[in-house]
Amino acid sequence: MKKKGNLFLYIGGTISGLMTALIILGFFWTPYSPTALDSSAKFQPPSAAHIMGTDNFGRDIFSRVLDGAGDTFIIALCVVAIGCVFGVLIGSICGYIGGVPDLILTRVCDSITAFPSFLLALVIVTILGKSTANIVLALGILFIPSFARTVRGEFARCRELNYIKSARLTGAGKFRIMFVHILPNTFSVLFTAVTIGFNNAVLSEASMSFLGIGIQPPFASLGSMLSDSQAYLHRAPWYALCTGAVIILLILGFSLLSEGLQRMNKGD
Amino acid sequence: MADILRVEDLRVHFKDAAPNRFAVDGVSFSIGEGEILGLVGESGSGKTVTAMSISGLLPRGKADVSGHITLDGSEILQCPEAELLDILGEELGIVFQEPMTSMNPVMKIGPQIEECLRVHTKMSKAQRKEFAIEAMMMAELDEPEKIYNRYPHELSGGMLQRAMIAAAIISRPKLLLADEPTTALDVTIQAEILQLLQRLNREYNMAILLISHNLHVVRKLCKRVAVMQRGKLIEDRPVDEIFNDPRHEYTQKLIAAIPTRDKKLY
Amino acid sequence: MKYAAKKLCTLIITLFIVSLLAFLAFQVIPGDPTTQMLGTEATEEARAALRAELGLDRPVHIRYFEWLSGFVRGDFGTSYSYRIPVSDMLADKLPITFILTIMSFAFTVILSIPLGILAGSARSKVMDVIITVIDQITMSIPAFFIGILACFIFGNIFALFVPGDFVSYKESWGACLGYMVLPALSIAIPRVAMTVRMLRSSILSESDKDYVRTAHSRGNHRRAIMVRHVLKNALIPVITFLAVSAAEIMTGSIIIEQVFTIPGISRLLLTSISGRDFPVVQAIVVIIAAWIVIVNFVADLLYQLVDPRIRLK
Repeated sequence: MKKKGNLFLYIGGTISGLMTALIILGFFWTPYSPTALDSSAKFQPPSAAHIMGTDNFGRDIFSRVLDGAGDTFIIALCVVAIGCVFGVLIGSICGYIGGVPDLILTRVCDSITAFPSFLLALVIVTILGKSTANIVLALGILFIPSFARTVRGEFARCRELNYIKSARLTGAGKFRIMFVHILPNTFSVLFTAVTIGFNNAVLSEASMSFLGIGIQPPFASLGSMLSDSQAYLHRAPWYALCTGAVIILLILGFSLLSEGLQRMNKGD
Repeated sequence: MADILRVEDLRVHFKDAAPNRFAVDGVSFSIGEGEILGLVGESGSGKTVTAMSISGLLPRGKADVSGHITLDGSEILQCPEAELLDILGEELGIVFQEPMTSMNPVMKIGPQIEECLRVHTKMSKAQRKEFAIEAMMMAELDEPEKIYNRYPHELSGGMLQRAMIAAAIISRPKLLLADEPTTALDVTIQAEILQLLQRLNREYNMAILLISHNLHVVRKLCKRVAVMQRGKLIEDRPVDEIFNDPRHEYTQKLIAAIPTRDKKLY
Repeated sequence: MKYAAKKLCTLIITLFIVSLLAFLAFQVIPGDPTTQMLGTEATEEARAALRAELGLDRPVHIRYFEWLSGFVRGDFGTSYSYRIPVSDMLADKLPITFILTIMSFAFTVILSIPLGILAGSARSKVMDVIITVIDQITMSIPAFFIGILACFIFGNIFALFVPGDFVSYKESWGACLGYMVLPALSIAIPRVAMTVRMLRSSILSESDKDYVRTAHSRGNHRRAIMVRHVLKNALIPVITFLAVSAAEIMTGSIIIEQVFTIPGISRLLLTSISGRDFPVVQAIVVIIAAWIVIVNFVADLLYQLVDPRIRLK
């Protein structure tokens, strides 16, 4: 069983590793400039010169996909970072200290998670206005509860373990126990939560940009590219197909990774 | 006295165990009509695996089983699954250790008790209920009509075990297999359940294979006891003989382990 | 019955809180909506008049109760951008979105339960890997990309339908529902994959329980054990999951409407967000929230129907 759990881990790790490498490459170098127009090369099907073809302005789709994936990737990272940092803070306080703050924060988190994050993000964007920073903020806030819940559960479990009790007896301070003794124990669970969160962030961002309320120009995103490509589905199907495939690979890699991690944690 | 159950040279080997480590290693015994046989041994001695082999509940992919088990003349070890299913619940009733988890939590008690009839007969719902109420009375459940419509979580452990027994005896099986039927229960309820089993045996001439790690329980109920250790059957004799003259060192230890009031403390 | 009454109370309280939050959320927005409607050049008198017309000059709590009582009567306020009642703007569009949502939800349930049972019956290690991989891939495809693929395959290659050629239910129910099959499936497919995964793991863990052994000991066939015993127990967590799905499907419909150019609330919502037409967004948010709360209420009722242990609590 152990070997099989790692199979998911290997495949997922390979896909996400390759995607990440390509995206990082895209920050420094793309085969063409993602914004270079070339009226002589409109709607070219995939070829050696343009491995994903060109779009309606003759731009190289591969370069644009690298660029867009980079933006999507950074937004997802920021969203997960916000969710993770605040989630860990809130979750650790709730889980370790318990009592009234725990009750209140758990209720608040529960009611937030009861609603689709997408809808709440729409509300936040409506109120704050459309901008990339607001998207990150809106999604980041919405990702806090799920992290907080995960961390809270782990802290509440660890609090009762004997070695934590003995650390308390030796006189270690609350914060030292929370962040030096307990936090490292939550890493395996937290890492799974990060991979799942990353996927949700990519998906939410892509959906919002697809609707035109996500990343605003001049930034490109896989979602907005997919939305553009739809108009040329008939003339240039590769535009939509390649962009979509990149989104799928990005999500699939991380979801296989989290599946593998979960199986490894369960010990099968 | 005709044999109801005959186990011959039963060997069980789990596929993930060491090649020479048999969970059950050449066990043979038999139970006569209306007899109660106690099968005792510590945990891991193979008594539960033996019971599971008899009831065909061993996962067929995970264990190699050889030997013969005949129930009332028909072979059940090597038979096709369909034949085995015809026997289960009809000629062989089983009572498990944990009544709390052995009942389906989302199904009313009544339908669970009459399930054997549902599987094996073409009775109408009303007929089945009639039989179920009768079986519940046989199992000494008070107010069977009421309990019929209850869910498992609404009953106590003792009541649930009576319901399990009612379900096991509803088709009047020739053999009742009781796998540690009292282990999960309070001591006072244990005694009641044992009395119930004894009464069922006397009044309906139902053979019982009682599996227990508790020699005291076995002594109360059985005339004959088989002792297992490390997959082997080491003694199979009348209960008085075993208690008065245990041949094996292991049996002696088991007997010595029974706490009694009048035993001298060394 | 007592349980249902209690849940109904919770439902009403939750709806009340949700409406309050939705109302307050749009009160904290900086800026004066009249500036946006009349432009910065407008005179103070004109703005005061407009504020009075929109009722913005009264205290917050009074406005809330007026808004709420209006909402209950189907009066959702007046659009800032178009100066017409929001309810009129929604009247044609909302039913379409709900039809799509309910259809997708029906597909999700109808497809995922049999598939989940099938997947849950396969216990070998090879099948486990195959099912998990298929599940993971299906879950990774965003619904809107499935929609685009469907447009491409069925619209462009096979020319079975014309994307954008929507027929309203007012003209022909058959044509309307027919057009919605692909959009509904696009939303449903990733949800089906998630539900199958959930149901499968639930079935697998239930199959190891003692009561399954008991059922076997009574001579039940494997299929009878699955149908009569395991399934009901395994469905308990899935009901909660499906209730969450119903909410996600509603937002999924908003995205898919864009792909298939279905004239639901999607376009209106997006233009209202861009134009900061708050009453419209507010109304849509409250309606979606109400839908979510009601779905959860129904799930609670179903829950106690399936799980007798709930009734005690």
